Order: sequence, then C-alpha cells, then structure tokens
Amino acid sequence: MEAKKHSKVVSYNKWGYIFLIPFFVVYLLFQFIPLVSTIWNSFFENYRSGLTQIGPNCVGRANYKTLFTNGDLLTYTKNTMIMWVIGFVPQIFFSLLLGAWFTDPSLRLKAQQFFKTVIYLPNLIMASAFSMLFFTLFADSGPVNSILVQAGILSEPFKFMANVTATRSLVGFMNFIMWFGNTTILLMAGMMGIDQSLFEAAEVDGATANQIFFRITLPLLRPILIYVLITSLIGGLQMFDVPQILTNGTGDPARSSMTLIMYLNRHLFSKNYGMGGALSVMLFIITGILSLIVFRFNSSSTKSKH
Amino acid sequence: MKKKVLAVVLSTSMLMAVLAGCGSAAAPAAAPAEEAAPAEEAAPAEEAPAEEAVEEEAPAEEAVAEEAAAEEGKVLNIYCWNEEFKTRLTDHYPGYEEVDATHGKIGDVDVVWNITPSTDNAYQNNLDEALLKQADAAADDKIDLFLVEADYALKYVDTEYTMPVADLGITADELANQYKYTQDIMTDSNGNLKGVSWQGCPGVLIYNREAATAVLGSDDPETVQEAVKDWDTFVATADAMKEGGYSIMSSVNDSYRVYSNNVSTPWVVDNKIVVDDNLKKWVDDAKALVDKGETGTWGLWSDDWSKGFYPDGKVFAYFGPAWLINFSMAADTEGSIANQGGWGAVEGPQGFFWGGTWIAAATGTDNPSLVADIMRQLTMNEQIMTDIVKADSDFVNNKPAMEAAAQDDAYAFPVLGGQNPLAMFCAGAEKIDLSNLSAYDQTCNEEFQNAMKNYFDGNYASYEEALDAFYKAVTEKHPELSY
Repeated sequence: MEAKKHSKVVSYNKWGYIFLIPFFVVYLLFQFIPLVSTIWNSFFENYRSGLTQIGPNCVGRANYKTLFTNGDLLTYTKNTMIMWVIGFVPQIFFSLLLGAWFTDPSLRLKAQQFFKTVIYLPNLIMASAFSMLFFTLFADSGPVNSILVQAGILSEPFKFMANVTATRSLVGFMNFIMWFGNTTILLMAGMMGIDQSLFEAAEVDGATANQIFFRITLPLLRPILIYVLITSLIGGLQMFDVPQILTNGTGDPARSSMTLIMYLNRHLFSKNYGMGGALSVMLFIITGILSLIVFRFNSSSTKSKH
Repeated sequence: MKKKVLAVVLSTSMLMAVLAGCGSAAAPAAAPAEEAAPAEEAAPAEEAPAEEAVEEEAPAEEAVAEEAAAEEGKVLNIYCWNEEFKTRLTDHYPGYEEVDATHGKIGDVDVVWNITPSTDNAYQNNLDEALLKQADAAADDKIDLFLVEADYALKYVDTEYTMPVADLGITADELANQYKYTQDIMTDSNGNLKGVSWQGCPGVLIYNREAATAVLGSDDPETVQEAVKDWDTFVATADAMKEGGYSIMSSVNDSYRVYSNNVSTPWVVDNKIVVDDNLKKWVDDAKALVDKGETGTWGLWSDDWSKGFYPDGKVFAYFGPAWLINFSMAADTEGSIANQGGWGAVEGPQGFFWGGTWIAAATGTDNPSLVADIMRQLTMNEQIMTDIVKADSDFVNNKPAMEAAAQDDAYAFPVLGGQNPLAMFCAGAEKIDLSNLSAYDQTCNEEFQNAMKNYFDGNYASYEEALDAFYKAVTEKHPELSY
C-alpha cells in the first residue's frame, strides 16, 4: 500500500514534465537550434555566386569586422529607430486617447463596438498590400500629386519617394495606421482592469478628468504600457515589409529608409549566410539591450514610487 | 485511480499528437528520398556522356529522337520571366493548346509554365534554386527548357546546366540563317552552342509622330533623324521639346542602354567592377536633362514611365528594340499611341541592342526531342518566323528572310503607322557587338541606374558618392566582387 501511495505522488510529478515536453520540443526545434546555428554560421564565409557555392570556410570574426568597419550597421539601426519613433509617437498618443474615451462610462459613447472594429481593421490588411497602395497613391504622377497640383497647392508634382523625410514619414504613418487599433485594444484591456472604485473616489474628491487620467489611469497602466512599448520596439526593429515594398527593396532615397532587416535581406540575395548570420546576431543583441533598458527604466521608477 | 487513468490518457494523447506531427512530416520527407535515389543514380550517367563524349552521343540521340519522343516525359517544365514566349508558343507552335494561365498541352504532354518576374534578379534566383536541385528532382519536376536574357546569359552558358543544342540533334546547317551575334553569346568556351533565339534585338529610337509634327514640323523619319542624329543635337531637341510641352524621353533610364551598349570594357574584369567612360557620359548628359526638367528619373516599367505610351503622357521618344514596340507599349489597349499607330522609328544617336531571349535546354530534361522541336519551329522554321513578324511586329532571327522582308511593304508595322523598320533593324543587327557582356550585367545595370537616380534627384551630393553607393549595392549582392 505504502509503495503504491509513494509511486502515485511521483508519477503525478512525472505527468507534469510530460505535459511540458511539447513546448520544449517545439522550442528546441524552432527556436534554440536556429539560434545556435545562426551564431555558428556567422563565423563562416558561405555564399553563392551565381551557380557556384563558395565556402563554408571558417573566417573567425571577419564578418563582424566588415559589419562594423563599413558603418552600415549604425546607419540602418538609426533609420529603423527613426521610422519606428515616427510611427510610435502618434500611435501611443491616439491609443491612449481612444482607450480613455472608450473606457470612460461617463461619456456614454454610442456604437462603441462598431468603432472598435473600424480602428482595428487596417491591421487586417496585408502590410505589403497596404504598402503597394501607398506606393501607387504617392507616385510622382499618382492621385495624391494630381489632387495637390489641380487644387493649386503645388505647382508641380512632389517626388515623395525621392525625399528623405517624406519617405520616412510615409513608412511611419503606415505603421501608425496599421497598429494603433491593436494598441488601443491592449490599453483598453489594461484600463478596464483598474478598480472602478478608484475613479469614483477621485471624482468624489473633485479631481478633473485630466487629473484622473494622469494621476490614476497612467500610473496603474504601467505594466501594460511596458508590454506595449517592448513588443512595439521589437516589432519596430524587425520592420521590413512596409519599407521594402514602398521603396522596391532599395531603401531609397539614398538608403535612408533601409531598415536592418532589409539590409539582412540584401545579404540573403546571394545566400550569404555568413554576413546574414553576423547581422542577425547583432540584431539579437540590440533587441536584447533595448528591451533591458526599457524594462529597467520602467521597473526601477515603479520601485522608487512605492 | 480515475485521475491516474485520466492523466495517462491525456498525456499519451498529447505525446501521440506530437509524435504524429513528426510522423506525418517524416513520411513525405522519406518518400522523395526514395524517389531521388534512382534519379541520382541516373543523373551522373546522363551527365557523364554529355560532358565527355558529346560528339559520339549526338548522332546516336538523333537517330533515336523520333522513337524516343513517345517514351519521353509527359510534363514539359518551362521557366521564364514574362508572357512573351508563352504568347509566341501559343500563337505559332503547331499543336499547342492553352489550358489555363500556367498550363498548356502539346499532344499528350502537359506544358507547365513557371513564370517569375526578372526584376531584382528574382527570376535568376528562382531558376538557380531549381537548377541546383535538377539532378535530384523527379523526372516530371525537372526543368526541361528555360529562357535567358543577354544580361545574364553568360552565367548559364559556361555551366553544365545547359545542354549543347548539338546534343538535341540540331545541326549547324539548320542554324545557318541566324544572326551570328545571337550564336556567339550562347557559345561556351569549348565551342558548343547552348541556346538559340527567335528574335534579334537591335534597338531604334521610337518617336511620337504627334510630337514630331508639333515641334519639329514634320513626322517624316528623315526630319526626325536629323534632330536626334547625335547626342548634342539630341540635347538641343530636348530644349525644343520642353518648349512644346513634351519630354524628350520618359525617363533618363530610356537612353541608358544606348550608352551602356557602346562601352569599351565589360562591367566586371577579373572580379573587379569597372565603370566605363561612356557610362559617366550618360550620367553627365542625363543629369543635365533632369536639371532642366526635360525628363523624369523613374525606373523602367514603372507606371510613371509607361504614362508616355498614351497621348496624355506627352513623351517624345522611347529607345527600344522591336519587342518593346509590340510587346510592351500597350498596343492592345484602346487609346494608346501604339494602338493608333502613332509611333515612328529612326536610328537615333547611336546603335544599340536591348535584351533578346534565348531558349536553352536544361541538362537532365526528359523531353529532349520536344525541346528540340520547339527550338526548330520557333527559331529555324522560316514560315513560322515570318508569321511572327507579321502578327507580332517582332524582328526575327533569320537573316535572309528579314532582308527580303525589309523590301516588302507587306511587313509594315501597324504600331508604327505603316512604316517598315526592318531595314533599320537589319542594319542594326549586323553591328551588334556582344564582346563586352559580363555575367553580372543585370545586377550592375539595375544598381547603377538606381544609384544614379538618387544622384539625379539630389539625394547624393556628388557623382562619387553615388558611385560608392553603387559599389556597395553590387558587392552586397555579389560578395566575390571588388572595386
């Protein structure tokens, strides 16, 4: 009997581990092995020239050296971050505003479900299709230029795709339009999780709507904000399809809208696993550092307040 | 106890699911391996004689060709980058039936089209991928026939992935009527011809008759040629065109080929990128035109570029070979200039060529006799070739037939308002010199135009800066090159 009881306990533990197996199998196959092989590949010269395979030859840190000495890494990181910021600032602003409005019961907004659906809709469009649409709209002789010229605002068509600020803003704007709905839904979930009695207490004490927002909603929303910021940051670093399609893969004008992943994509043109691997490893490190900074920044200020 | 049973059932079902996932994935993975095995054994056997004993094989294969046709594969895989060849095959190959956009039928053989656009080397990359797997592919999945363009033909000619046409049973006598340059480019270092073309691609200046009448006073080819006879008069005419409300050409890239075909060195010499003086001249001339607002900077094939195919686009001229006039300039669209026969053709400032499509047989094809027959019909059958000229306004690769047709008014091009430009093409085809081609031409041409576009638009301050960007872009795509 005793032995049986004993085995019962142990075997239940075992089931726990067995239930975890699928996760570890998937993680190992699709995350860990690719991660290790990427790092491994980054130390080799390994590419294809036409129909001839060159390498793999071990070249030590030569790929990293090339990456750092030609200065591209820094330029493209900067491009990526600039375009992310251009998109993220209006995105977080409008998401907070809409989230606050939607969760405020005193406003008694009508047709909330309808508007929630509508703001989420742009996210359902394929990024490449959206980008293609903008490419056509803002072409040199596209409809936007026709309207501006015919309305007398411009005397001759403005070359959006040949202007650094215009191209970057278009990319940022597209990312903003595509993602603000998603962020709004996330922030709303966070806002609805805040205890209603706090709002009521503030109202009783005579706080204004602004005070309630900045003193109660925002501080209590911090965990969700951190989450939104980190996911958006990682998503931003991986920005690819929108600028790729908009600039036809060139990152023009003068490579000022070339993102890190577009740069990676150019190396994959010749199946250059060495340079591609080195760039991916750097991307991994940059993502890690930025996430740590954001996380530290937010969690330490939380601690100091309490 | 119940709990334990439940736990066992749940966890086993979960594990089963995981393993089943692996299992079902493993099963198909194993299958091709089995199939591949005989293919692999067969491949070296096929390749070995092809390489070592070309001459001995050829007559043997020729004799067997007709009998073998019945035993050959039932699927013909064709790799190409646009609809042009498909249209030619549909309209002119006897017995070709169209099934749908990517499938056709010749007798009881299914024709499968694999069409990948050529921009940014997408076609080449896709083709390379397939060619490298060719030896291991199942017989019906092997590429049988693929097309190459002058810009990258060399990349495939000197490899074992293309079959000498002699191995298909095509003799030198049959090829005698073709223009020599079309064969020079496709001949490998051992003197084997690896592909044939149905067209010749000497280029001309295609002008808008309406613009010529309005600005130059006449749409007569002689008057127009006088106004574009060299680059200096061309620039002077550009000023006049601007006065009259026309752009001299749609984009600076239109004249690019005219300069780049008249270079004195190839793009790449001993793995080093070389920028010829004539290309520098193109940059200078083009920059001047752009600064005066006399032409655009957009890429070829973009919507902005093709606006000039219609009267409202207000473009005076395009540079191009016969296929551009017929295939690309919206001749089938109501209201286009081509549709109204509103274009004319003159020689322009300098002779040039552009493109040209060669048919190559892929090593390992299981339909050699059908591939040979397609080559024979489209590139050697005079009747079919003259039909192509009449129906599609193309310039075909048959010297005697073209020289005869040049004198014959029946061959007037409707898109050119009844002008017969064949004499011009004949003269141009004689002069084509392909000795300065390299295997990297597509990458270099695309990246050079793109880098210079940024310079024209003012995003690079100087020519040198743009040149650096060009070098960088090319070496990214081809790490083995230096500058």
